[in-house]
Amino acid sequence: MRRTGAQMVWEILRREGVQIIFGYPGGAILPIYDALVDYPIHHVLVRHEENAALAADGYARATGRVGVCMATSGPGAMNLVTGLACAMLDSSPVVAITGQVTSHLVGSDAFQEIDVTGVTLPITKHNYLVNRVEELPRVMKEAFYIARSGRPGPVLIDICKDAQMASTGFEYPETIELPGYRPVLRGPEEQIRQAAAYINAAERPMILAGHGIILSGANDELRELAERGNIPVSTTLLGIGGLPESHPLNLRMMGMHGQAYANMAIQEADLLIALGMRFDDRVTGNLKSYAPRAEVIHVDIDPVEIGKNVRADVGIVGDAKQVLRQILPFIEPRYRSAWFAQIERWRGDAGARDILNQGLLKDMLLAPYVIHEIWRGTGGDITVVSDVGQNQMWEAQYFQHDRQNQLITSGGLGTMGFAVPAAIGTKFGRPDDEVWAVVGDGGFQMSIPELATVVQEKLPLKIAVINNGCLGMVRQWQELLHDRRYSEIRIAGPDLVKLADAYGIKGQRVRRPDDVAEAIRVARQCPGPVLTEFVVEPEINVFPMVQPGKGLHEMWRRPMPSRNMAMAEKV
Amino acid sequence: MPPGDDSSTRKSTHILVALVENKPGVLNRVASLFRRRSFNIESLTVGHTESPDISRMTIVVDTSKTSAALVEKNLNKLINVIDVQDVTHAPIVVRDLALIKVTAPAERRAEIMQLVDIFRAKIVDVYAESVIVEVTGPEAKIDSMVELLHPFGIIEMVRTGRVAMVRGSGYRAPYVLSDNGTNGLRVNPTPNL
Ligand SMILES: Cc1ncc(C[n+]2csc(CCOP(=O)(O)OP(=O)(O)O)c2C)c(N)n1
Ligand SMILES: [Mg+2]
Repeated sequence: MRRTGAQMVWEILRREGVQIIFGYPGGAILPIYDALVDYPIHHVLVRHEENAALAADGYARATGRVGVCMATSGPGAMNLVTGLACAMLDSSPVVAITGQVTSHLVGSDAFQEIDVTGVTLPITKHNYLVNRVEELPRVMKEAFYIARSGRPGPVLIDICKDAQMASTGFEYPETIELPGYRPVLRGPEEQIRQAAAYINAAERPMILAGHGIILSGANDELRELAERGNIPVSTTLLGIGGLPESHPLNLRMMGMHGQAYANMAIQEADLLIALGMRFDDRVTGNLKSYAPRAEVIHVDIDPVEIGKNVRADVGIVGDAKQVLRQILPFIEPRYRSAWFAQIERWRGDAGARDILNQGLLKDMLLAPYVIHEIWRGTGGDITVVSDVGQNQMWEAQYFQHDRQNQLITSGGLGTMGFAVPAAIGTKFGRPDDEVWAVVGDGGFQMSIPELATVVQEKLPLKIAVINNGCLGMVRQWQELLHDRRYSEIRIAGPDLVKLADAYGIKGQRVRRPDDVAEAIRVARQCPGPVLTEFVVEPEINVFPMVQPGKGLHEMWRRPMPSRNMAMAEKV
Repeated sequence: MPPGDDSSTRKSTHILVALVENKPGVLNRVASLFRRRSFNIESLTVGHTESPDISRMTIVVDTSKTSAALVEKNLNKLINVIDVQDVTHAPIVVRDLALIKVTAPAERRAEIMQLVDIFRAKIVDVYAESVIVEVTGPEAKIDSMVELLHPFGIIEMVRTGRVAMVRGSGYRAPYVLSDNGTNGLRVNPTPNL
């Protein structure tokens, strides 16, 4: 069977089960776009290549399958960079295909020639430059395997134009030979038994559940471990959705804006059972004072993570699901009543301090309230894709995530402009789900062009713009850490209702708390995409907060009601 | 608890041997990794091996034990790196090669020849006013050769950096199992597809 390189790309994508790709054409990838005409793969034309990568990332997170994006050489490939970096830091399986100039021009600074494999080297799990058509099948086979196996991540394939056009006999290899790549999935028996012994002996254990739970599909095993051993769980931002948040053992999110009692429990624990998480600085605060009394069991598929930031007493390299299955039979039930009593004491007045319980709502529209209402109004039965900033943290705090893997958000890179394109990818991945994008006015203005994609693809996305008129999270840091020296945080924006109208989308604006529920109802009932702008109080902060450089136990709690009232009068 | 105690944070020389696929760009990946993770390399040599598909790198780093383990794990993570071992504490042969161009007027040549003899080095080029000395051996030997040649006037010098090989009939040092806190990384020979 003779095929051109361009045809092979589509043949192979089909064989890899790819049904949808996100991309943008250009000169150096014309042969591939030409061949696309003959293949039944759905190509989504984005409005900026960064969003192709972010949509592929969103699709990958929503489905657990590889997301694919495509761009031309030079400027097209450069625009992918942010999205690839995002997928890299969050271990998301993405394959990016870029066109490259003809192979004899590589290295000559030809028109739109950039050393794409050089630029993307540190932000891909692996990458390839293909200058001969004969290499293409092997390279693509490897790329898909590398992207989705082990610790997943983005793989880029840069294909020279002449290799796209040349033809040769096509055979897709059945096997892969990668002598230097052998992900280890099972933990060694000795460490498994050791881990179980630590867990059974612990009086104050805590499970720290990260993205690895979701990536390996270990939700049931996590729940089983928590329930069988009676062990409280806290999740990282990306671990949200690993265990229902209404589960009595789930203390919810840890870290910089985590629940105060979850952070306190970590600081006082005698054992941390870290599962598929990497002790990021946003999660640990100051390492010197982190969990000083705890021994640490660290399970991760990436050996580099073990011992990188926090010393592991038991380090297990393996897939979270497999390792948990190995450990579970050894876990003995325990009461640990003193430990739970202590956690309840820490939880203490958390509810009273909650800004939603302070009767401030009469005329003020607060972002946390909006998020909470989205949760209530939808019965929580949606997939949420959040952006970055205050909106993201409030989403994490005020939406109760009970459905499996229900939150999709950019953790490691904190990519503003993530929510809308990733929601596009998510909607393709979960067509039967109601998908909401929660996004700040800053992040939304980075994504506006994709409204055209939403319309062109007839995607019934529900977009909630939390408009506080400023780069809220930056403002919060300037207020709290830079002595209120506000610098470049006021951000104007267009009339979003008119904007929606211009794109042919239903738009609505909400200014009063009383109108929130109705707007959510209207958004849900409208069969098409809806853009809802919530004009919220600009100057409230996300609490609790651990300042950079401080220990988790030194967090600023949510202010007591009296302080909030004083602040409310000021704003 | 940050990782590492005193004994593991003290700096010392570590010698790593890496087998890598002989493909374009692999050296770049390794070098980029060192830059990215701020690992300071003392020397890095690359060369062919008994197999045409595989190149061999000897990497010398002056760093703590913890950080050397991290270098090893990070190298292992590169797809094109087939195997890495820290051979610092294994029985090994380590060699360095230097070419040293020294001023050698006729009247001082005999002295230089004598030194060359003692060090079992070689003179590989003779010119009116200078000679090139080639010396191989462990680093310390070369250091002292250089020191002794200094008074004659070293015009230029180049050293290859160390290469190392484990003694005995095996490739891997039998008892240098990784003590980097992970468990036998090399146990799964075939990827599970
Ligand atoms: C691409 C990008 N640029 C800059 C930042 C830094 N940053 C983090 S949060 C934030 C403010 C976000 O403002 P907005 O989208 O309005 O959300 P809010 O915090 O107000 O909810 C900024 C600028 C970032 N994370 N990503
Ligand atoms: Mg904002």
